Amino acid sequence: MTKRLMLGNAAAARGLWEAGCAVVSSYPGTPSTEITEEAAKFDEIYCEWAPNEKVAMETAFGASLAGKRSFCGMKHVGLNVAADPLFTVSYTGVNAGMVIAVADDPGMHSSQNEQDSRHYAEAAKIPMLEPSDSAESLAFAKAAFDLSEEFDTPVLLKMCTRVAHSQSLVETGERVTPPARPYEKNIGKYVMMPGNAIRRHPFVEERTRRLAALAETSPLNRVEEGSDRSVGIVTSSTCYQYVKEVCGDRYPVLKLGMIWPMPDEKLKAFAASVGRLVVVEELDPFIENHCRVLGLSPAGKELFSPLGEFSQNIVAEKLGLPVPKGAQLGETVPGRPPVMCAGCPHRGLFYTLKNNKCTVLGDIGCYTLGAVPPLATIEMTLCMGASISGLHGFNKALGRESESRTVCVIGDSTFMHSGMTGLANVAYNQSNSTVIILDNSITGMTGHQQNPTTGYNIKGDPAGKIDLESLCKAMGFRRVRVVDPYDLAACDAAVKEELAAEEPSVIISRRPCALLKYVKHKAPLRVNTDKCVGCKSCMRIGCPAISIKEGKARVDATLCVGCGVCGQLCRLNAFESTGKEA
Amino acid sequence: METKNIMIVGVGGQGSLLASKLLGQLLMAQGYDVKVSEVHGMSQRGGSVVTYVRYGDRVFSPVIDKGCADFIVSFEELEAARWLEYLRPDGQIVTSTQQIDPMPVVIGAASYPEHLIDKMKQAGAKVDALDCLSLAREAGSSKAVNIVLMGRLSHYFDLPEEAWMTALEAVVPPKFLELNKKAFALGRNA
Repeated sequence: MTKRLMLGNAAAARGLWEAGCAVVSSYPGTPSTEITEEAAKFDEIYCEWAPNEKVAMETAFGASLAGKRSFCGMKHVGLNVAADPLFTVSYTGVNAGMVIAVADDPGMHSSQNEQDSRHYAEAAKIPMLEPSDSAESLAFAKAAFDLSEEFDTPVLLKMCTRVAHSQSLVETGERVTPPARPYEKNIGKYVMMPGNAIRRHPFVEERTRRLAALAETSPLNRVEEGSDRSVGIVTSSTCYQYVKEVCGDRYPVLKLGMIWPMPDEKLKAFAASVGRLVVVEELDPFIENHCRVLGLSPAGKELFSPLGEFSQNIVAEKLGLPVPKGAQLGETVPGRPPVMCAGCPHRGLFYTLKNNKCTVLGDIGCYTLGAVPPLATIEMTLCMGASISGLHGFNKALGRESESRTVCVIGDSTFMHSGMTGLANVAYNQSNSTVIILDNSITGMTGHQQNPTTGYNIKGDPAGKIDLESLCKAMGFRRVRVVDPYDLAACDAAVKEELAAEEPSVIISRRPCALLKYVKHKAPLRVNTDKCVGCKSCMRIGCPAISIKEGKARVDATLCVGCGVCGQLCRLNAFESTGKEA
Repeated sequence: METKNIMIVGVGGQGSLLASKLLGQLLMAQGYDVKVSEVHGMSQRGGSVVTYVRYGDRVFSPVIDKGCADFIVSFEELEAARWLEYLRPDGQIVTSTQQIDPMPVVIGAASYPEHLIDKMKQAGAKVDALDCLSLAREAGSSKAVNIVLMGRLSHYFDLPEEAWMTALEAVVPPKFLELNKKAFALGRNA
């Protein structure tokens, strides 16, 4: 068997394929996205991007009900959106196996919070497996399907950034199609009205007891012996790797591959066999608290922070082992925060909103970068879709005073995900709100996934296309207009007129993401240094292609895509085309 | 063998992905256990990005920590300096001399530090600084900086050039192979 270097997410996708999974429905979210993108490369799996995680989970459930192994994947906050089906699919159980991947993001590389999704397993009473590298991502994905069918339960596969986005060696196997599980009508099991659900709840509790018994003997949870029993470590996920990196075979380790339900007797026996019990886990004291319920007294969060990611040096320091030190530059260097790309269509719109001194309620996507200097325009970002609902509440609270100066911005994909219901509230409960849809024709932040407005599916084939203008009009908006965000005068007129209007309106700021391969760029611009007086007007848009060198503006031709927004700010027409198409 | 650590640092969009792919391919072919860790999502949008490549008999952690990097390969001077603390005391920096102003510098809230290569040397680092952008253009594309850097890095490895070429062929599409071979050679022989 040859070994391959695979991303954790790609290995999980391979596991789905090998397990005979037939239907995948997900919504993209860092760091979970590649599981579904990789699964889509297998012809045997039907794969799709759903409008949101709730829809994805329900689609996966429908496929399981119909008798096909199914999967949905999402980031940690996506599971909040899908929490409604999650808690009840626990009661119905499954027909064919159903696996739900949830990817946490400790350290918040690309997330709005640092929630610990392990709590969902306990709260929804659904078993959760937690791989620590790519090989386990593949193996656990397969094991999850078997558990799902054996115990009549959906199974959670918990990833984190360092498992999802690290490559390690994997031995792959072949696809095994599981025996057919034909759909059978079973109202008592699948119709969760009170009279039926009340009979399913005892099943769930009994299932948990059986799973807990399995956890005691399952190879998913293993003890690795150590030479020094003065300390024993309980850990899981990427923390296991940090512990092994630092301690090697020195201290015994109880590695939990099934993080819920936990093996109580195994934990107690392990604790009794070592001197000091230490729990190494990122974020919340999930394992630690369970140990305390069992009457154990581990060292956990008294040593390790509930904030951010760990690393081998952090584990070494907390265990009192030597910590390597590196060279010091002796000065702090300027930070390099992410920025909107050169030619980003969001830039012109944000400049317009700043110029009009608007209060801007924002949403989740690349355009959240509209909150950072020099534009610093977005004043609120909460969760998917909250911009529209938040604006409605803001306007209801303050009335005309805010309606004439407050807007919200939401991307096309985020609008499809959770914006439509907020817009329905504006239409229904009649706030005079101005909603701006930033339509860049793609799901940008997560790396260019198609969505219901783009007209293409996950494989890039033509698909249904929802027309935003018609949708808004059908909801009752009479004022729906489209502007090109590269045209500052048109943006300014649209924002002024719609804020002044005595009824709710939708502005669609439409231009494809500048990074899309099919987008044809104009020639890069250059600055005529005879005309430029160094007034820095062009610097107000925060374009990474423009800098001031020797008192004059300068354009980096390797970054500039010739969008021309800077030129519209220059009173002296100092920006000129280089005439060379990129 | 003790685990070896290579960090690839730069600005989002500069092409570190191909460099780490090449190293992963190369090191796996030598029979090592390999782990490569990268971050996707928001930080890619022109922000500071880092990729970790680790290899040895048995690699556990996917990340490299402070004071542990044998090599820091950097696409940009300021980024090499930012991650200096991750270099081990006898470690080697291989950096392109390209300078890209970060947004705090662009908007005038900070200035781009001067003489960074000298400062890194004063801090005890071995620094191999090279104008990789010019060499990449010479090879035929400004996007080939990543492979110029890999060529330069190969200089410090006790591996036949053939092994690098095999890895390069495995990760680069055929139509860009000649360009990348040229870029590699320009870096290796600079």
